[in-house]
Amino acid sequence: MSGDNIYAGVSGAVAARRLGWGWFANAQGVARRVWARTTARDQGGMIIRYSVLPGFGLTLGLTLSWLGLIVLLPLAGLVIHAADLGWSGFWDVVTTPRVMAAFRVSVTTALAAALVNLVFGLLVAWVLVRYRFAGQKLVDALVDLPFALPTAVAGIALSALYSAHGWIGSVLTPLGINVAFTPLGIVVALTFIGLPFVVRTVEPVLQELPPEEEEAAISLGASRLQTFLRVILPALTPALLTGFALAFARGLGEYGSVIFIAGNMPEVSEIVPLLIIIKLEQFDYHGATAIGALMLLLSFVLLFVINLLQAWMRARHAH
Amino acid sequence: MRTRVNGSSATLERPALRDPAWVRWALIGLALGFLVLFVVLPLITVFAQALHRGISAYFDALAEPDALSAIRLTLLVAAIAVPVNLVFGVVAAWAITKFEFSGKSLLITLIDLPFSVSPVISGMVYVLLFGLHGWFGPWLRDHDLQVVFALPGLVLATMFVTFPFVARELIPLMQEQGIEEEEAAVSLGACGWQIFWRVTLPNIRWGLLYGTLLCNARAMGEFGAVSVVSGHIRGLTNTMPLHVEILYNEYNFVGAFAVASLLALLALVTLVAKSALEWKWGESLAGSRH
Repeated sequence: MSGDNIYAGVSGAVAARRLGWGWFANAQGVARRVWARTTARDQGGMIIRYSVLPGFGLTLGLTLSWLGLIVLLPLAGLVIHAADLGWSGFWDVVTTPRVMAAFRVSVTTALAAALVNLVFGLLVAWVLVRYRFAGQKLVDALVDLPFALPTAVAGIALSALYSAHGWIGSVLTPLGINVAFTPLGIVVALTFIGLPFVVRTVEPVLQELPPEEEEAAISLGASRLQTFLRVILPALTPALLTGFALAFARGLGEYGSVIFIAGNMPEVSEIVPLLIIIKLEQFDYHGATAIGALMLLLSFVLLFVINLLQAWMRARHAH
Repeated sequence: MRTRVNGSSATLERPALRDPAWVRWALIGLALGFLVLFVVLPLITVFAQALHRGISAYFDALAEPDALSAIRLTLLVAAIAVPVNLVFGVVAAWAITKFEFSGKSLLITLIDLPFSVSPVISGMVYVLLFGLHGWFGPWLRDHDLQVVFALPGLVLATMFVTFPFVARELIPLMQEQGIEEEEAAVSLGACGWQIFWRVTLPNIRWGLLYGTLLCNARAMGEFGAVSVVSGHIRGLTNTMPLHVEILYNEYNFVGAFAVASLLALLALVTLVAKSALEWKWGESLAGSRH
């Protein structure tokens, strides 16, 4: 097919030049170069443009309509509802002290939990990849528990653990550290929820790290710590940041595990998702819509950042 | 090449890269301590609290009519939402991996979208659409149909939050497998269904099972999204996680943790099955382990 086209293009150009239609020949030449470039790209890639497999129209059509109905239309509904409020209506809701406090609580606790997970996630990934010890596979499987355990179950379990009579709370309370029903409790819950993200993004990158680079550093006289800080850590940075951003994004929207342990005091330990639910229960749909739209915007910004980080990670580790 | 494939074990065998024993054990101890504190203790707490008043109190709490109806409702919601998302996942993965079209990466991002949206918002969008004050609210009321605060709302919210699970497991896997085998089937005269059942499905079955497992765990355990659309009518629209919340807030700790222990068991079974799949068929799941 492409051969025919090139042939037709060549003969057309030759004919045009004979007839003195320089501009036509030139246009043909450009078209041919463009054509050649696209076909070359197709041959370079693994995927063939014209598939002989059946079902393209059916499957893509089903995918788009189902995606549209279940995900896009409802989300667009929220955006349109928010647009109906107008800028001032939106601003009035979002700048009330209670809403601003909720955003402050949500953002700071999610950041704190993501930081804890950044440090301990790296530690767990390091131990799982670099060392061998008994029960390692069990530990590896346990890392995924926060993904699998329903958030409400995690919430009541953590709340029971850290309350004044709980196993951990009864140790901490005499020391003057109150976790349950304070913002610290929110950090604990979000640390649990975000735990797998850093581990699971760092693990494969750490596994693929070429040992030669570390050996080179050591043979040049670097200590193990220097090697870690100057060779390993920079190579892990994109993965660490991606895991951090994923844990932060998850923590920002988390509801189930937090509400049991948070105490939910307005302006102190009330998170944004809870405030949305409170507004909905009071039939304050305007308030809920405005806060929800701002949350959605935040999620989209984070999604964009995470996509950029992942692209960086792929570029960095493309072998 | 060999060192690349076994990167970790290669590192383990290199004497220069071995950390001193005390560093090794200190780091392992620290990591295990962190995991015990944040993962193991909460898990043990669930069962300890559930069995706190003895085994008979535990089973009494589970045999309570409201608890039973919550279990039934959870199973029903999952029985609708999971198969629907399974079919969608396969269909979407077929369109995305077997054909080349522009806007593909945007489509993948959109399919993943529910993962980045707060569960509370996932439920709220349906209230804004189908609630009494929502767009379709008056119409639904006139026709005596109820979506929000009823089963359809629970199913919709659950489908929203579990939307990407199957597709996101299958897409990288099918991308890696390519389309040569399907093309061979076409050239031998197979029709679309035959290709799917005889060629594609056997190739992706473990990935499909893996995605379905995760999808099911999330569908049965979802709390935030379902909480917004349920209306919390005891014995009617309370799924298991919502029933846990009600019992806990009524200080019925044994009841709350008894129902919670069933959900924790589900999580453990999911983890065991997932790990077994990864260990046994790590190769054919490789695409999903990025």
